[in-house]
Amino acid sequence: MSLALPRLTGRRRVLPGFGLSLGISLMFVSLVLLLPMTSLVGQLSGISLAEYWAIISDGRVVASYTVTIGAAALAALVNGAFGLLLAWVLVRYEFPGKRLLDALMDLPFALPTAVAGITLATLYASNGWMGRLLEPLGLQVAYTWVGIALAMAFTSIPFVVRTVQPVLEDLPQEVDEAALTLGASDATAFRRVILPHLWPALVTGTGLAFVRSLGEFGAIIFIAGNMPFETEITALMIFVKLQEYDYVGASAIASVVLMVSLALLLAINVWQGRFIKRLHGGRG
Amino acid sequence: MGIRLSQIAKTYGRPGTPRALEPIDLEIASGELVGLLGPSGSGKTTLLRIIAGLEQADRNPAGTIHFGSRDVTDVHVRDRRIGFVFQHYALFKHMTVFDNVAFGLTVQPRKSRPSSGEIRTRVHQLLEMVQLERFAKRYPAELSGGQQQRVSLARALALRPEVLLLDEPFGALDAKVRQDLRRWLRHLHDELNFTSVFVTHDQEEALELSDRVVVMSDGRIEQIDAPADLYRAPANRFVFEFLGDVNRLEGEVRDGVLTCGEARLAVDLPEGPQELLLRPHELSLDAAPSATAHLPVTVTAVVPVGAEVRVELAADWLAEPWLATIGHGDFERLDVRRGQRLHARPQRWHRFGAEDRPAAKPSLA
Repeated sequence: MSLALPRLTGRRRVLPGFGLSLGISLMFVSLVLLLPMTSLVGQLSGISLAEYWAIISDGRVVASYTVTIGAAALAALVNGAFGLLLAWVLVRYEFPGKRLLDALMDLPFALPTAVAGITLATLYASNGWMGRLLEPLGLQVAYTWVGIALAMAFTSIPFVVRTVQPVLEDLPQEVDEAALTLGASDATAFRRVILPHLWPALVTGTGLAFVRSLGEFGAIIFIAGNMPFETEITALMIFVKLQEYDYVGASAIASVVLMVSLALLLAINVWQGRFIKRLHGGRG
Repeated sequence: MGIRLSQIAKTYGRPGTPRALEPIDLEIASGELVGLLGPSGSGKTTLLRIIAGLEQADRNPAGTIHFGSRDVTDVHVRDRRIGFVFQHYALFKHMTVFDNVAFGLTVQPRKSRPSSGEIRTRVHQLLEMVQLERFAKRYPAELSGGQQQRVSLARALALRPEVLLLDEPFGALDAKVRQDLRRWLRHLHDELNFTSVFVTHDQEEALELSDRVVVMSDGRIEQIDAPADLYRAPANRFVFEFLGDVNRLEGEVRDGVLTCGEARLAVDLPEGPQELLLRPHELSLDAAPSATAHLPVTVTAVVPVGAEVRVELAADWLAEPWLATIGHGDFERLDVRRGQRLHARPQRWHRFGAEDRPAAKPSLA
C-alpha cells in the first residue's frame, strides 16, 4: 500500500463497510425521523411567536397538558414498581408458564393500541366486568383521569420490564448472597445492594414509559371520555385541530410534545451514561 | 472454632434423582486450613455452600452442622457469622472499596453497630492488611482481579468471623497472582487463626495451602489426609490419578515377569493380567535396558524448563504416551533429543486392585 494514501487508510478498520453502513443509517434516520420533524417545524414558519404562544397556552390545551402529564406520571410510577417486580419474577424464579409470561410482556407493543383502548373501555365502563365491581365502591375508572393512567400503564409496561430485565440478569446471585453472608437482612440487601445496581435501568425504563405515555393516543381516547378541560389529552388536542383543518395549530401543539419528549430522552441518556461509567470503570 | 458435619446430604430437584452429595461426615479442627479438592461436579462447592448456609442440606437423612458446640443446622446464613469469599469476588460494584469492606459493619442492627469512627478505623486496618489502603476511594471496576479478590477477603473478615469459607478463591486469577495470593492467605490464616475451608480443583493449590485435604468425587469423600500423606499413600486409584500425571503399564504376568509386546518388567505379582501405575518422576531413562526392566521407548517431545526436564515417550507397546521427568544431569548425560531410542527404568510403581486397596510398592532401584 502506498504511503501517499490519505490518513484514513492509516487506521483502517478491521470490519469493512463503516462508511456505507453509517451512510445508510443516516439516510434512514433522515427519511423516517428528521424529515417529518422538519416539516412539522416548517408548518410553524407561517405564524408569529405571539400566535404560536396563543395556540399552545390556550386554556383547553393547557388543561390537556396537566391531564396528560399527571396521568403519565402516575402510570410511569405504577409501572416502575410493577415492572421491577415482573422483571424480578421473570429473572430470579423458575415456574411453569414463565416463557408465556415473558412473551406476554411484549403484547402491549404488538397489540394495536386501539384494541387495548376498546377492551379497557368495555371492561371498566359502568356495565363492564370491572366497572360493575368498582362502581358500588365509588370508584369510577372509565371516562376519568384514572382510566387515562390505566391505558397509559398498559401500553408502556414493557419499557420498564425490558430495560430492567437484562440488567437484573447481569447481577449475579452471588452478590445478594454476599450481602446475606455479611449479615444483611433481606430488605437491607435489596435496598443497599440490588436496588442501586438496578437504579439506572429502572429510572431509564420508567422515563421511557413516561415519554411513551405522553404521546399515547389510540389506547386512551376510548376510555378517556374526552371531556374538555377534564379528560382531554394533548394528543387528542392535536387530533381535534387536524379535524378542524387547523394544521398550524396541530403542528404547534405537536411541537410542544416533541420538545418535551426530546428533552426528557436526552436527559435520561446523559444521566444514564454517567452512572454506567462508574459501574464499568472510569471515575464516577 | 471447629466445624463438625454429620450425615450431610444434598439432592437437587426431586427426591430419587442422584444425590449431589452422599451423606457426609467431616470434622474440621479449630484453626485448621482445609482444602476441598475434586473435579467439577464432585460436590465440593455444594458442601461448602451447605457449611455456609447458602444451601440447605437434605432433611432425610437429617444431618447436622456444628460450629464448635453451637448447632447451626437451621441457622440462617446471616446469623452463622461466617466469612465467605466467592470465586468471582461478588463485590458491590456501585460502592467504593471502603464501602464494600464496611458493608458488614454498617448493616448490623443499630444496637450492636460500631460507631462510624470505629468503622472507619476498622476498615482502614483491614485495607492495610490487604495492602489496598491507597484504593479505598476507588470503585471495584477500577481494580485488577487480584486486588478485587483481596477486597472481597477484607470484606469477609470485617466481622471477625471464626470460620472463613472460600469458593475457588483464586480460580479466576492468572498464575502469578494466584501464587502470591495463596502464600498471602496462608500467612493471614496463621496470623488471625480462624478456621478456613476452601474449594479448589487444582491439586497443586490444595496440596500447597492446606493442613489437610479432602478429596471428593461424585458427591463422596474419597480421602482425608495431610498433603504429604495424601501424595505418598493415596487411598484409591481415583485419588492417585487425580493428584498428578500417571503412566500406565498393562500386561500379562508369567513367572514373575510382566510382558507387554516387546516390553518386559520383573515384578513380584500373581500370574495373570495386571496394570501398574507410575508417576513421571518414578521413571528414569538410560541408554541400555537393566537386568529387571526392558522397556524400549522413543522420545517424542522434550521440555527442558524448570528444575526438571519433562520428556514424552512413545512405543508400540504403549496405548498412551508416557511422561517422564528427569534431572538436568541425566538430560545432559544422555543428550536426550526427539526421536531418540532409550530405555525406561521404573524406580517404583503402584497398583490398585479391584477392591481399591493400595498394593505393595516395591522399590526396583
